[in-house]
Amino acid sequence: MSGPSTYEPKYAAERWLDKRLPIVRMSVDFMGFPSPRNLNYWYAFGGILTLCLMAQIITGIILAMHYTPHVDLAFDSVQRIRRDVPFGWLLQPMHAVGASMFFLAVYIHMFRGMFYGSYKNPRELLWIIGCLIYLAMMATGFLGYTLPWGQMSFWGATVITGFFGAIPVVGESLQQWLLGGYSVGNPTLQRFFSLHYLLPFVIAALVGLHIWAVHHVGQNNPIGIEPKSKSDTLPFHPFYTMKDAFAIAVFLMIFALFVFYLPDALGHADNYQRADPMKTPPHIVPEWYFLPFYAILRAVPDKLLGIILMFAAIAVLFILPWLDTSKVRSMRFRPVTKWFFIIFLVMGFILGWCGARSPDDIAIPIGDGGMTFKWLSRIATLYYFAYFFPILPVMGWIEKTKPLPESITKAVLSGDA
Amino acid sequence: MLKTQKTKMAKTFAAVAIISTSLFAGGISAQAAGGSTEKPAVQEWGFKGPFGTYDRPAMQRGYQVYKESCSSCHALEHLSFRHLGDKGGPFYDANFPNPNDNPVIKAFAKDWEVSDIDQDSGDPIDRPGIPADGFPDIFPNAIAAAASNGGAVPPDLSLIVPARTGGADYVYALLTGYDEVPHDFHLSEGMNYNTYFEGNQLAMARPLFDDAVEYADGTKATTEQMARDVVEFLSWAGDPKMEVRKKVGFATFLFLFIFALLLFMTYKEVWRNVDH
Repeated sequence: MSGPSTYEPKYAAERWLDKRLPIVRMSVDFMGFPSPRNLNYWYAFGGILTLCLMAQIITGIILAMHYTPHVDLAFDSVQRIRRDVPFGWLLQPMHAVGASMFFLAVYIHMFRGMFYGSYKNPRELLWIIGCLIYLAMMATGFLGYTLPWGQMSFWGATVITGFFGAIPVVGESLQQWLLGGYSVGNPTLQRFFSLHYLLPFVIAALVGLHIWAVHHVGQNNPIGIEPKSKSDTLPFHPFYTMKDAFAIAVFLMIFALFVFYLPDALGHADNYQRADPMKTPPHIVPEWYFLPFYAILRAVPDKLLGIILMFAAIAVLFILPWLDTSKVRSMRFRPVTKWFFIIFLVMGFILGWCGARSPDDIAIPIGDGGMTFKWLSRIATLYYFAYFFPILPVMGWIEKTKPLPESITKAVLSGDA
Repeated sequence: MLKTQKTKMAKTFAAVAIISTSLFAGGISAQAAGGSTEKPAVQEWGFKGPFGTYDRPAMQRGYQVYKESCSSCHALEHLSFRHLGDKGGPFYDANFPNPNDNPVIKAFAKDWEVSDIDQDSGDPIDRPGIPADGFPDIFPNAIAAAASNGGAVPPDLSLIVPARTGGADYVYALLTGYDEVPHDFHLSEGMNYNTYFEGNQLAMARPLFDDAVEYADGTKATTEQMARDVVEFLSWAGDPKMEVRKKVGFATFLFLFIFALLLFMTYKEVWRNVDH
């Protein structure tokens, strides 16, 4: 919501500066950004994610001073960071756990956006920039997981880069070009390190666009109607800076719980073994935040089709604003679609569960046999795509939505916001 | 033509890799052979829990077990002698904040031969270790290690606890899990039967026997006692900064609680006059 500036310089020095470089004016206007007065704690994850990105960049830059991207030295250099580098024992788990926390926050942020319809007109581009950030995060997370050069690092990189080899005609050459050789090796590690250092700054730039876009169109809110009068909004500072700060402190407690007490809980024991190209681990599993997509990949017997489905599962997010045909944004006023959304969420968890297990193991025992994880993941994959099409477009046409409140202020005062 | 050859080669290569891997790991299907891999029992360890610490006398005994029973095959790749005398290490002495000055550490280091270059002639030499040296490699390379051990490379022990699912419980179970071969189980030559090892066939022979070491503190050296002690030592070796991490973690939580409370009160104060 760009509007006329309300900043008035009070002192001579401020006036002097304002005439030459209105940086204070810009900051004051930025922080005074009118925000709907009914934002709940789910809206704190934007701030939390900004913090996550900064924490990853700062810890990452320091770790890069001590890390060596070489197949013979990478594993040892990570151990040296954890054992001998001053505060390396703190920085390394902060960075590794930080990646998980970043994804935890981004998933909550995305599901929040989906529940309250934050992707709808006029916020389509805001949503798409967000999807690009998510995509860049996935690439960064994958590249970063390769760097410690443990068994899962190596074999994860082998499996993921193998996807490109499945592309018809150009696949094999493409894969070799990406790896810098016939298999994952030193050239791969060095380019992955370089790209892992580059991408966070791409993310930072995209975050800049994301924040710019949200300042232009304004935040959505839990009831999904636009602010109409001044009483519908509050200045971002101090109202939401303080609310976000409290939420960030609570989030940091969860972060600290993992860093200090469960640093290995989100990782895999095999990654404490040095990468060995001659020894395949019995189960190659990606990090938890990729598990749902891994389950989609393995749900179909054909490799290429699996890869196409996996990428489609991410690509479909980009066109979500046009798949959801409903005029009503918030699921609070969509009594039926709300349940489809909740099932979608549950299916996401089920896919994650399937991704962590062997496809042929029994997920739901029935009698002597039961349903295998493969079949469970097939059902969940089917629902995942069915949610985007046809459920969302059809529900948008046929669903009878609940009446919307007149304004945010009225909803707040009647206790409905 | 070229492509099919390549794929064929890749397939053969993969097959060889898989077969050799399963042989090295002794991973011949257990179900077909009549054995079964048991889950390790959950043990009480003093280092578990939010305030857990390592048991120093146990770690010291564990180091003795490592030195006398394990170190002929297994290296401690990520440890230096000085680490033993670090704060939180098994032989820390407050009189020697720099572990390189600690006489106990110096004596341990001296027990090991370390390869070096003679500073006058430039010839490769072996000399007694000093605290700053890393624990030496046992074998010159992986091929030599496999050749001397029936094809299986003895894994590095400095990360053995974090590198195994089940951690300390698993390593303890494995060390005490050697058993009679069930009559319907086919054990390959040179292999040993272990209840807890995946596939039950393990290249490593039973390493610990009652009274294999003589403890200086008079503790009776049963197999179980030695296994517990060496696992205590190896748990520290895998995560030597655990104690300081938990201490700082507690302080962090204390800070975050108070900070969050203050922020919450500030938030409530700022919003006092706003209906929401």
